[in-house]
Amino acid sequence: MDMTDRTWRRIGLAALLALACLLPFLVSSYRTFQLTSALSYAIALLGLNILTGYNGQISLGHGAFYAIGAYVAAILMDRFGVPYWATLPAAGAVCLVIGFLFGLPALRLEGLYLALATFALALATPQILKYKLLEDWTGGVQGIVILKPDPPFGLPLDQDQWLYFFTLVVAIVMFWLGRNLLAGRIGRALVAIRDHPIAAETMGVDTAFYKATTFGVSALYTGVAGALGAIVIQFVAPDSFTLFLSITLLVGIVVGGLASISGALWGALFIQFVPNVADHISKAAPWAIYGLFLIAFMYLMPTGIAGFLRTLAARLTRRPSRR
Amino acid sequence: MRMLGTAVSLALGVALAAAPAAAQKKYSPGATDTEIKVGNVNPYSGPASAYGAIGKAIGAYFQKINDEGGINGRKINYITLDDGYSPPKAVEQTRRLVEQDNVLLVFQPLGTPSNTAIQKYMNAKKVPQLFVATGATKWGDPKTYPWTMGWQPNYQTEGKIYARYILENKPNARIAVLYQNDDYGKDYLKGFKDGLGAKASLIVAEASYEVTDPTVDSQIVTLKGSGADTFFNITTPKFAAQAIRKVYDIDWKPLHFLNNVSNSVGSVLTPAGLEKAAGLISSYYLKDPTDPQWAKDPGYLEWLAWMKKYNPDGNLNDTFNVYGYTVAQTLVTVLKQCGDDLTRENVMKQAANLKAVTHPMLLPGITIDTGPNDFYPIEQMQLVRFNGKTWEAFGKPIGG
Repeated sequence: MDMTDRTWRRIGLAALLALACLLPFLVSSYRTFQLTSALSYAIALLGLNILTGYNGQISLGHGAFYAIGAYVAAILMDRFGVPYWATLPAAGAVCLVIGFLFGLPALRLEGLYLALATFALALATPQILKYKLLEDWTGGVQGIVILKPDPPFGLPLDQDQWLYFFTLVVAIVMFWLGRNLLAGRIGRALVAIRDHPIAAETMGVDTAFYKATTFGVSALYTGVAGALGAIVIQFVAPDSFTLFLSITLLVGIVVGGLASISGALWGALFIQFVPNVADHISKAAPWAIYGLFLIAFMYLMPTGIAGFLRTLAARLTRRPSRR
Repeated sequence: MRMLGTAVSLALGVALAAAPAAAQKKYSPGATDTEIKVGNVNPYSGPASAYGAIGKAIGAYFQKINDEGGINGRKINYITLDDGYSPPKAVEQTRRLVEQDNVLLVFQPLGTPSNTAIQKYMNAKKVPQLFVATGATKWGDPKTYPWTMGWQPNYQTEGKIYARYILENKPNARIAVLYQNDDYGKDYLKGFKDGLGAKASLIVAEASYEVTDPTVDSQIVTLKGSGADTFFNITTPKFAAQAIRKVYDIDWKPLHFLNNVSNSVGSVLTPAGLEKAAGLISSYYLKDPTDPQWAKDPGYLEWLAWMKKYNPDGNLNDTFNVYGYTVAQTLVTVLKQCGDDLTRENVMKQAANLKAVTHPMLLPGITIDTGPNDFYPIEQMQLVRFNGKTWEAFGKPIGG
């Protein structure tokens, strides 16, 4: 049983991967572009899910790390002529350090208090980006326009397809690393801290270190996603990273499924496509429609899309064994 | 043989019959014999959703045009999408308009950040980014961006107009400036200083505020302390009302210039106190629907009739409804001028070929003029002085 389960999962993964590789040749470049930005959101959501879903720390400020990642990429490309691919590790590293440092004092804050502290971070970010002393770097309100990369080695792809595959590879690597991190000892420690911090500490888990590091790793993921997002959009400005982005990310992980790796993917598809559907239904009150979608999803799938699919799969596999 | 002959002559006949029509009618994607697809991106959701009124007003005006038979027999198919004032979303929606909906042009995308985000794309795709809804000065650069054009008078132009007035009427002024610390405020200030030119030293004090500040009271007190006798007030509505009141309350009596952004009688001067606003100087290019002097004006009545029939949910006090109505009229003028050559190239060519165009809700004397090297459609404004009840025009409309 265990064997077959594993085989099925592998077949599923391979099919998903094959589909992901074929998609840009089947759909228009506009759709490809949308899928690319959904992939970059998925990385950010995985990062936030590591923090909130697995470790139980609520962050209302991950838009700030997304912004920092985006700006690191944009400034490196615009000011220093760094190639786009090299900006990702830099964006990740900067966010890791900032996230870790922010995580240290935030350790004293639990639950809602941490949520408020991160909320402040999200509020402050757009204004800090406009700050006079940083303006030479950030371009102030005007932001920075960056060039779209061409496919290398004369690959027969257009720019959108190339960026899609580039993002796909980064996403696969990040998801693979994330899975390895969460499936093992560290993942269990994170969950233990979430579920019962005192018990975790008694078992020898260094709660403080884990929490701060989780914050850093989570910020790293979000920063890489931000850098990808900036490259895809070719533009960064303070108005791109308002408080609403942070909330959107939180919506994404809850709808996708808390403490679930595949949930990040579903959540990304939700935050990428559902607002467009809402806009299509009503110009007068797109947010009301979006809200209805949210309520419907939460009502029908209280454990998120990933949780819903898991239950569904469990039911389907149980049935034949009964026969 | 005879069959072949018939076929050839038939084919020839068809070719000949089709030839003149083909020579007359030329289409880019988005235009056909029956339809012109116009795309638009507007914030219907999010913090700037008040601007959504503009996108709706434009649609309501196109509805009127369609009911009256369309443009040269073609109906306007207006596709407007929500970007929530978010540049990444604006890029996505614009790409949808261009690549999926195949619009002929993107009209009036709103906001400086969103337009900056899509400008390179639009110019690479060679799709008109026409009459953008922002007052920033950078949209009139046909050499670098031949597919992008602004519409409203830009902030720098307006700043220059006040500078010109001061140089002509109060050459020894001691000027204090209050501005919002962002691109909008700095654009005004730059235009104002450029307009003063060598006499920029007339500015004796500058103070700025952040959009998050609760009040500008302390800035006003500081500016008064500089001994200035002239005050240029570059603020958005909430702060404008505060500034007007504070200037009056501390008994500072400068020659007070108020930027166009905040000169609505209904939403700024009334809350500030009409008597405190008496004597203010500002400038206009559109008729203010809350200003009683237009109550019997034929242009206003035309607008009012349209509002009641096509935009009944729209707020009659909201200048955005005047703005949307008027800018939509400019596009209709351009499309009419295109005739049957509805290519993207010709749309830009005709947009850059507007001569002395007037619209019902443009102030008397303000005209729209463009040329191959002039991508600033409205460059004049009418100076007005507030008499305690309404804005009174004085002098002729002037340019920067």
